[in-house]
Amino acid sequence: MRELDVAQITEAVASLAVKGCSNLGDDVVAFFEKAAKREESETGRDILAQLLENAQLAKDMNRPLCQDTGLAVVFLEVGQDVHLVGGSVEEAVDEGVRKGYTEGFLRKSVVTDPTGARKNTGDNTPAMLHTRIVPGDRVRVIVAPKGGGAENMSALAMLKPSQGRQGAVDFIVGTVSKAGPNPCPPMIVGVGIGGTFEKAAYLAKHSLLREVGSANPDPRLAELEDELERRCNALGIGPAGLGGTTTVMDVFVEEMPSHIASMPVAVNIQCHSARHKEVVL
Amino acid sequence: MDRTITPPLSDEVVESLRAGDRLLITGTIFTGRDAAHKRLVELIDKGEPLPIELRGQIIYFVGPTPPKPGEVIGSAGPTTSGRMDAYSPKLLDLGLKAMIGKGLRNEAVKDALKRNKAVYLGATGGAGALLAQRITSAKVVAYEDLGPEAIRELQVEDFPVVVINDMYGGDLYVEGRKKFERKVDL
Repeated sequence: MRELDVAQITEAVASLAVKGCSNLGDDVVAFFEKAAKREESETGRDILAQLLENAQLAKDMNRPLCQDTGLAVVFLEVGQDVHLVGGSVEEAVDEGVRKGYTEGFLRKSVVTDPTGARKNTGDNTPAMLHTRIVPGDRVRVIVAPKGGGAENMSALAMLKPSQGRQGAVDFIVGTVSKAGPNPCPPMIVGVGIGGTFEKAAYLAKHSLLREVGSANPDPRLAELEDELERRCNALGIGPAGLGGTTTVMDVFVEEMPSHIASMPVAVNIQCHSARHKEVVL
Repeated sequence: MDRTITPPLSDEVVESLRAGDRLLITGTIFTGRDAAHKRLVELIDKGEPLPIELRGQIIYFVGPTPPKPGEVIGSAGPTTSGRMDAYSPKLLDLGLKAMIGKGLRNEAVKDALKRNKAVYLGATGGAGALLAQRITSAKVVAYEDLGPEAIRELQVEDFPVVVINDMYGGDLYVEGRKKFERKVDL
C-alpha cells in the first residue's frame, strides 16, 4: 500500500492558501475581461476594470486580492489505497492553515465563542475540513478561502415538495436579490438541491469549485442554471451593487435524491474573489 | 475628473454631495469595524471620552491583512457595513461625517445621515490590493489588542469612493439597481 506522510498535506495546504489568496483563477479573470466589454452600466464597467487591475496587482506584488482571506475551507479526497502516516490528518491540515496564514501574512479571521467573547484564535484555525474517501492511491487537496461577506448572504430552506421547480427558483433568485450589494457582486451562486439539511449545504459549497463558464453535464440542470443566471442578471444589482447587467458570474447546481417529504435547497454565495487552488499528492 | 475631498468635512461639503457622485479622498481617515465599534459605543453609553475625536471625521470599515516587511499596510478593502448599523447612529450623533464601506445600511443609519448632515460612501469590495496602494501611512491609535480590528489612523491619497447614501435620502444602491432591472425573457 502506498504511504503518504501527512507533512506533505500540511505543506500543500499552506502553499495553496497563500497562492489562492493572491492569484485569481484564469476563469474569473477571463470573465471580468468579457464582462467589462458587455456590461451596460458605465460605473459597472469601471468597477470591472478595477477588479482586473486589482487581480494584476495582487499577482505581481504577491498581495492578497482581498483583506478577507477567509476561513480556510479544505476538501480532501483521500484514495482508499493510501496509507497516511506521520500523525493525525486533521491536525496536519490545521498545521497547514496555521503555517500558510502566518507565514503568508494572511488575515486571521476565526473567533471562538461566536455568540460571546469572540476571541480570535490567532492562526486562522480550525480549517473547515470536508473529507471524502475515493478510489485510487492519491490524495487531492483543495483549499478554498471563503470570505465572510458573501457567506453571510447564503441561505438554506427546507421547501415543500409541492413548491416544485418554481419554488426552488424563487428561493434562489430571492436570496440573490436580498443579498444585493453585500456579497461583492459579480458573484457565483452555488446551489445544492436535495439530500438532507447538511448535504444540501455541502453540495452548494462544493459546486463553487467548478470553473466559471462551465456547463453542467446534466442537460436538465444546465437548463436550470441558465435560467437562474438570466433571472439573477435581470435583477439589475450589477458590479459592486451599483446597478448593472452583470450581477452573477455563474450559477452552479448540484443535486442528489431527497426524502419523500423534503425538498432542501441551499444557496451558497461566492464573492467575485472566487479563490480555490488544488494539488494531487 | 472626480472631485477631491479632505477631512475634517464641513456641513457645506456634505450638503454638496449626492448619491452617485464619485470622489477621491486625500488626508487622514480612521479605520474601525465590529469590535472597535462595540467598544466605542460602550464608552458613549457610559458617558466616557473616546480614544479618537469623531467630529468631521471619516471612518473606514476595514480590517486589513498584516503588512509584509516594508509595506505600509496589507490589503485593505471595505467590509460589509450592515454589521455596523447597530452602532453607527451613535457615532454620527457625535459628529462623524462619513463612513466608507460596502453594502446596505438600515433606516436608522439613513435617518442619522439626514439629521446629522453626513454621508455613506462605498469603496469597491474585494479590491483590497488596489485600495492599499492609495494608503500612504498607517498607525494604530486605539485597541491594539484587536489586531486587524484595531483603530488605525490612515493617510490616504486619491482614495476612490462613490456616494451611496446622501443626506437627502438619495440611495445609489436603490437608484442604480432600478435603472438596470428588467423583465426576464425566457
